[in-house]
Amino acid sequence: MSDTIQLNFTVPGDDFTRAGEASSEVKGILKKLGLSPMVVRKVAIAMYEGEINMAIHGGGGEITVEISDQWVQMVLADQGPGIPNVELAMQEGWSTAPDSVRNLGFGAGMGLPNMKKYSDEMSIDSQVGVGTTVTMRVYLNL
Amino acid sequence: MTVQEIQEILKATVYCEGTSLQTEAHTACGSDLMSDVLAYVKDQSVLLTGLVNPQVVRTAEMMDMVCVVFVRGKQPDKAIVEMAQELGIAVLSTPYGMFSACGRLHDRGMKGGGEAYV
Repeated sequence: MSDTIQLNFTVPGDDFTRAGEASSEVKGILKKLGLSPMVVRKVAIAMYEGEINMAIHGGGGEITVEISDQWVQMVLADQGPGIPNVELAMQEGWSTAPDSVRNLGFGAGMGLPNMKKYSDEMSIDSQVGVGTTVTMRVYLNL
Repeated sequence: MTVQEIQEILKATVYCEGTSLQTEAHTACGSDLMSDVLAYVKDQSVLLTGLVNPQVVRTAEMMDMVCVVFVRGKQPDKAIVEMAQELGIAVLSTPYGMFSACGRLHDRGMKGGGEAYV
């Protein structure tokens, strides 16, 4: 695999039940490319949590996935309310999700910590009132 | 333990056979919190939950699980079953509550695997 593959997805902001479709598709593609099961699972979980976050907090958004011979990079961008305190948002258990989301099994303050846990590199660029962009990379040979 | 044995131990109704009822499963976790399930990347094969929505199957997919068991007789809707069929994940519903269902499987040799600190 010498060329970088780029995939683009739109995450709907009004249908929580559809969140995860992009992650599912990426997981299938990575499997077909023959990447190691652990890399595939790390990417799938990190992206899935991000997708859920976009649906819960960001009003949906765009995801760009790039697959090179060294890494898989995911850029998740929304135009939601932004994160006022990123440090706080990174703490396990800290959440602003409404009860309706908690009733669906999410919103317990594990999304961003899980994304950090399963990606090898992660950065968050967030501006209140503008939106949030999360960039994650998983390396193929760590 | 096979998915079929899980079905027998839990007196469960099979809504979707997944890849095969003979698929082996050796570890399980019980949770209604999908982010907790996602937090531990051990090889868990079975998810027992009282939560009934498509994200349960999606979570199982991300974790490479082979079987979802809905406890307390909860029944999956058509969308959940169709998604599971597409993904090759077995879907069962047991009349037992979460504690009893987990206990019955543990008694028969099913292990955990997602413990944070032991």
